[in-house]
Amino acid sequence: MEILMSITVGVLFMVGTYLLLTKSLLRIVLGLILLSHGAHFLLLTMSGLQSGTPPLLNLNSEAYADPLPQALVLTALVISFGMTSFLLVLSYRTYKAFKTDDLEQLRGSADE
Amino acid sequence: MNNLLVLPFLIPFAVGAILILFSKRIGLQRFLSGLTAILMLGVAIYLLSVVRAEGVVVLEVGNWSAPFGIVLVADLFAAIMVLMSAIVGLLCLFFAFRTIAPEREKFYFYPFYFFLLTGVNGAFLTGDIFNLFVFFEVMLISSYVLIVMGGTNYQLRESLKYVVMNIFASILFIATMAFTYAVTGTLNMAQLAERVAELEQVGVLNVIAMFYFIVFGMKGALFPLYFWLPRSYFGPPAAVAALFGGLLTKVGIYAIIRTFTLIFPHNQEFTQPILIWVGAVTIVIGGLGAVSNFDFKRILSYHIVSQVGYMVIGLGLYTSLAVAAAIYYIVHNIIVKTALFLYAGTAQRITGTTDLKQMGGLLKTHPLLGWMFFITGIAIAGIPPFSGFVSKLSLVVSSFETEHYVVGGIALAVGMLTLFSMIKIFMYVFWGEQKHTKAQGKTKVGDLLLPAIPLVILTTVLGVAAQPILSFFLEASNQLLDPSIYIDSVLKGGGA
Repeated sequence: MEILMSITVGVLFMVGTYLLLTKSLLRIVLGLILLSHGAHFLLLTMSGLQSGTPPLLNLNSEAYADPLPQALVLTALVISFGMTSFLLVLSYRTYKAFKTDDLEQLRGSADE
Repeated sequence: MNNLLVLPFLIPFAVGAILILFSKRIGLQRFLSGLTAILMLGVAIYLLSVVRAEGVVVLEVGNWSAPFGIVLVADLFAAIMVLMSAIVGLLCLFFAFRTIAPEREKFYFYPFYFFLLTGVNGAFLTGDIFNLFVFFEVMLISSYVLIVMGGTNYQLRESLKYVVMNIFASILFIATMAFTYAVTGTLNMAQLAERVAELEQVGVLNVIAMFYFIVFGMKGALFPLYFWLPRSYFGPPAAVAALFGGLLTKVGIYAIIRTFTLIFPHNQEFTQPILIWVGAVTIVIGGLGAVSNFDFKRILSYHIVSQVGYMVIGLGLYTSLAVAAAIYYIVHNIIVKTALFLYAGTAQRITGTTDLKQMGGLLKTHPLLGWMFFITGIAIAGIPPFSGFVSKLSLVVSSFETEHYVVGGIALAVGMLTLFSMIKIFMYVFWGEQKHTKAQGKTKVGDLLLPAIPLVILTTVLGVAAQPILSFFLEASNQLLDPSIYIDSVLKGGGA
């Protein structure tokens, strides 16, 4: 299972990086979304995908699951959700202001 | 157990939340936020005095003992940084009262201002890598809002790049934490330090260390990841630019110093050359950028890049004096850089531009601004008796002591470039023909300069009282260079 997840993470990072390097604004946003999904999967996978009972005092079991990665990934997920919505609004405003989503035209002054 | 540690970020967070409710009542917002900033300064001074007296202060949040729960830790370095953020926060706020347009004030300027301070102070005080990430994000989302607020085309275009850049850095940060957790099984900084020491910092741990360096380097504007800074800091109003220029990059540098003194100090042969040379290239690039530009704010932004390099060199040299010099440099830079951005804002208020070629003769109409700029300018170039001199001197001395002659030479040479670009600003803006109209020449700026006066006094005091202050920073740097103090107070002494 870990190997499958690692491959998934790899593919997500690959596609995300590719999109991030393109010139269209929306593709860059999509690229960042995919990259952040990749990072969240990575966080979950790297700590080992265990099965076991919740680590509570009244539950007796052979194996307990590690709750920390799940708590971390939940937090990171919420943060990246907020960031993505902000980024989408910002890109939309930029698009409205400049009437283009081509980054070549969003470079700024010609001498830079 | 000391609940004092919560206050530096709980106060701005709570006040920021309350201020949202009164977004249309500007007078009340100003009153509340001014009061809060003064309160935060008081708390920061008290915190520093407590840390000075009692050593490292630890708070285990919710009484969960150290490696399991979240800890907040204040050593001397963190307390110094909290104090600096309180000073800058207070002064920029008072500058904002006079300069920020009412439209901005109505659209949640003050709440986000305080959320930014929440993130900054939280990042200084946390003892847990994941919480560092969370506080970084709190700081960043507020900075996104502040930097884009106003929504001119320039701001939209440049802050888009700033946001994309920082979101990418955050994603890298998450990935790095994933690797860290996989290798060490913990994210508590003290426990992490212990385990990295046990594992001996080789192989994959070096890779992780470099990942952290890249992530924090992006936030701290190190070469080659500095390019977003001069352009995005040009857009927002002066009060925001001053706050960012003074404080935000230093949070990245703080995180680099924290991770590389506490967690990854065990493989100096590997990390030392990287830190030193990245720092050296950064100061050269920043210096050249400052020389080649003809805009008040852009020159100052390139100086930020340049000076971040000095701090990283100080860390890279890794002697007690060099790290003290880095701390000195951070403190000096926060003070001076904030003041310079405030002058840029004041000059812009008078002349309506920040382009050097369209300014001139300000010294005749506004002598106070001119001389305050002069003092601060030579302070940043490193001329005695001001604070820049002591920090640069101790850095160069320690680079020669450790036989890094080339780096010391570069630091000195770029000092000349800094001086040159400061003189350039002074000549273009303050000397020469008066290019602003007579009506503009009558603009009263006394109340705009008021917030900068404490900064000028501070840089003078830091320079004149170098001996006691440097020995205080040496104390802080010795605390940083001996990670066992930090580790023991978190893992063993905590809760006492």
